[in-house]
Amino acid sequence: MTLPLPWPFDREYMQLALASGVAVGACAPLIGTFLVQKRLSLMGDGIGHMAFAGVAAGLLTGVSPLWTALLVAVLGAMTIEWLRLRRRASGDLALAVFFYTGIAGGVVLTSAAGSLDSGVLTYLFGSVLTVSPGDALGICLLGLGILAVVAVGWRALFAVAMDEEAARVAGLPVDALSLGLAALTAVTVVAAMRVVGVLLVAALMVLPVGSAQRVARSFGATLRWAVAIGVGSVIIGLTVARAASLAPGGTIVLVAAAAFTVTAALDVGRRHRMA
Amino acid sequence: MSLTDGRPDVLRLDGVGFSYGRHQVLDHVSLRVGPGEFVALAGPNGSGKSTLVRVALGLTQPEGGEARLFGEPTDHLRDRWRIGYVPQRAVVVDQLPATVQEVVASGCVARRGWARRPRPDDRERVDRALEVVALAGRRRTPIVELSGGQQQRVFIARALASEPELLVLDEPIAGVDAESQARFRDALVTRCRDDGVAVLLVSHELGAVADDLDRLVVLRGGRVAFDGPPADLTAEGVSLGVHHTDLPMWLEGPG
Repeated sequence: MTLPLPWPFDREYMQLALASGVAVGACAPLIGTFLVQKRLSLMGDGIGHMAFAGVAAGLLTGVSPLWTALLVAVLGAMTIEWLRLRRRASGDLALAVFFYTGIAGGVVLTSAAGSLDSGVLTYLFGSVLTVSPGDALGICLLGLGILAVVAVGWRALFAVAMDEEAARVAGLPVDALSLGLAALTAVTVVAAMRVVGVLLVAALMVLPVGSAQRVARSFGATLRWAVAIGVGSVIIGLTVARAASLAPGGTIVLVAAAAFTVTAALDVGRRHRMA
Repeated sequence: MSLTDGRPDVLRLDGVGFSYGRHQVLDHVSLRVGPGEFVALAGPNGSGKSTLVRVALGLTQPEGGEARLFGEPTDHLRDRWRIGYVPQRAVVVDQLPATVQEVVASGCVARRGWARRPRPDDRERVDRALEVVALAGRRRTPIVELSGGQQQRVFIARALASEPELLVLDEPIAGVDAESQARFRDALVTRCRDDGVAVLLVSHELGAVADDLDRLVVLRGGRVAFDGPPADLTAEGVSLGVHHTDLPMWLEGPG
């Protein structure tokens, strides 16, 4: 079914891309705001690499890669967070170990499945223009789930992200909240896999947040700005990609990077005027 | 369990020991803080003060002895919002995009339940906490725009926002300006005297509160070197009012 939308969203494949992209463009920065606050900006990147190993496992076993990617990403993300919480490894070391193991495992499993060809690129760099109605529905449902969880728990997640030790003393379930955030990150990565790909998903989690921090004056406003910039990057990126026949995943991320550059320049100018 | 006015000590350590590897940091330390008491914990760097606080709050389990909060073993305490905690060097991330009000309100989350929306009484608690630290007029200001001393007052307000019965502050006024020290002293004395909140203050800087303390506990080499009214220490020739000269000498010196 094609809705009567104006160009560039006048075709069904563009409308499916828009629905999937908007869901990811809203959820990735929402989760990313807490990750940036916890100085875990590269968490999405590390989980993306593990999700690639999950995709490869799916290709090898004949199970849907979406589900194997989800399983591996959630387990990996929660393991990284558990290691960090137990101080068995620093956040960046734990990420690096899983980051490289994930990508290496993905390459080995993909080659074992005889699938190390251009088809793998759709997972690495996204393929939002080939999203099926079923995929789009799944991504939108995952997005709604993430929005609902954050709407309920953002105040507690903020308290933990700001000061984990004080939150623990006050009696907040810091371990459960941190593991829950890790699991939400993994779900977001897998939802974003078809839109921007596992190699670029972290960009949508971090760049809109970096931009939002430069224009917002409160945490609540930062969340709203980050979502707006993420969604705006998707809409503009899809439009530019269609007009110029560019890869949509990369174009979306370049638009988000341009927004970051503009807001950073405005922020520098504002600080100069205040000084 | 010792009782004050029929109520158990809010904080009690009995013969607590702790070591990092072969380095014994706490050696059979006993300490108690009763309801409404204002107790300061002092000692030279490396004397084990921060480790003692972590054990007392249940963040670290002792290797020997027992730590209790409100009469319960620290890892069994359910209503942990009864404790307000200001960590050592609470650092504001340069880009922390949060207002003073948001930071202070985060102190109420545990008390009402992490998934619940703020209620009117939560907002009143936040207002009261901001008034105590004299920052009610800055509630909408991003915390990164405040001075170091004002930021520290915000974290004290966050600790007060749940209206705790025990307030633990780890080096809260190190490097803080004189005005903030005075505000800080007023805030602590108000909570302690008017509201019956017990306070455990870990600090090198006792001058601002020296006259208000019920007890001073001095830790040296992982052991309690002194536990009593500050006047008793004064009788030994140590003046807390000019602590920057003679208290450190007393702490660092032999014996």
